[in-house]
Amino acid sequence: MGTNIFIPTPLRSYTGNLSQVDVEGSTVEEALQRLVTAHPGLREHLYDDNGAIRSFINIYRNDDDVRHLSGGSTELGPGDAISIIPAIAGGSAQ
Amino acid sequence: MSTELTNEEIRRYSRHVILPEIGIDGQRRLKESSVLLIGAGGLGSPLGLYLAAAGVGRIGIVDADVVDESNLQRQVIHGTGSLGRSKTESARERLAELNPLVEVITYDEPFTSANALDIAEGYDAIVDGTDNFPTRYLSNDVAVLLGVPNIYGSIFRFEGQVSVFWAKHGPCYRCLYKEPPPPGLVPSCAEGGVLGILPGVIGTLQATETIKVLLGIGEPLIGRLLLYDALAMRFRELKLRKDPGCPICGDHPTITGLIDYEAFCGVPAHDRSGTTHGVESHSHSYQEGNGMANSEITVEQLAELRKSGEDFTLVDVREPHEYQIANLGGMLVPLSQIESRAAEVPRDGRVIVHCKMGGRSAKAIEYLRSLGYTNLENLSGGINAWAERIDKTMPTY
Repeated sequence: MGTNIFIPTPLRSYTGNLSQVDVEGSTVEEALQRLVTAHPGLREHLYDDNGAIRSFINIYRNDDDVRHLSGGSTELGPGDAISIIPAIAGGSAQ
Repeated sequence: MSTELTNEEIRRYSRHVILPEIGIDGQRRLKESSVLLIGAGGLGSPLGLYLAAAGVGRIGIVDADVVDESNLQRQVIHGTGSLGRSKTESARERLAELNPLVEVITYDEPFTSANALDIAEGYDAIVDGTDNFPTRYLSNDVAVLLGVPNIYGSIFRFEGQVSVFWAKHGPCYRCLYKEPPPPGLVPSCAEGGVLGILPGVIGTLQATETIKVLLGIGEPLIGRLLLYDALAMRFRELKLRKDPGCPICGDHPTITGLIDYEAFCGVPAHDRSGTTHGVESHSHSYQEGNGMANSEITVEQLAELRKSGEDFTLVDVREPHEYQIANLGGMLVPLSQIESRAAEVPRDGRVIVHCKMGGRSAKAIEYLRSLGYTNLENLSGGINAWAERIDKTMPTY
């Protein structure tokens, strides 16, 4: 049973415009690693040089921020989905 | 100011007054309320219009920008007749026409650490309709320090986010995102584009939350992040929690006053379309990043080079739909595909790389240099500079 990962608009150019990607994985970190292996351009946008999720990107399992669960070790069960939610700034001028 | 509603006000607001959740008391409360709008742009347009129409007694608007042609696709508070005029004046006029019973106070200046607390003091709510990270963090911090709600909305292309940050009752923006992205890692709004209706939807949601918070009715979006995807036409909701380690609203705050937000975010807060402000920060960071000598070429130098007949390759790292709007005949290798298509860029001879304004080409060059390229030059200001200074018949976007 795969996990569905929601890709936000700013990162879709690195997934060939896919808004959702299905991967296998029993934890959030495992699923994200499979995602960046399948779409290598995403890696530098998701992870910093130390391999940590960048501070302007939050990862959710269903509607919960994994920072408040078990981070990357947060387990995935059947039907769970992951969302990648980056900070976006747009709104006014330009 | 009298807080009693006049007969004229009761007539004007009758569809509110007959709602049991609002009534005379609620409408009087709106009249006594004040809201500060940061930004009179895409989000600020529906916000200003609906808050004024709803009878919010005092509306402050902060914006240092002037109305530009490219704003009118979404900034519906402004009209063609306002081109070149200050956004605050244009908005004030429109709101006065819509509802002369509300007071509009304009601040035709950038919202900065130096003036933000003075401007925001006394307002019941702050509405974040800004377009850049420095001003978003500033708006958040001002709201936390003054103890008022910050009604947050943000947009990108077809997607938007809305929440109510109110440190007394829930998380703030810093609990959600401790730090902004480094410059250049996400495309700017000018490069990314935005569906014109999107700020209409998101700004209207912010206006709804503002009215609810002022009236104390319903369930405000505190501790919840609402996501909207216009293409899928789907709303989703995520839970937000207050971060006990938050540097401004956590248990042991380390930020107790306003800071230098441009330094914090590494970008200028108040760049304008048509200037090279953002571009300079991009190319600056890549030069610092790898310590290479500056190899920029101006559009004038490129025009000379073309005339000279000297051999060179021009590489365009924009997307195909941008190439269709205008191009210099360069070889199209979009930045988003640079990793898989790098081999198409020649390693010998002179290669000039360009994009729209110079930011993405700087990133492409940084990547290619990491592969050992030594023959690359960045076209300063991109194709927009070419259109402004060399070929004035070329469209800019």
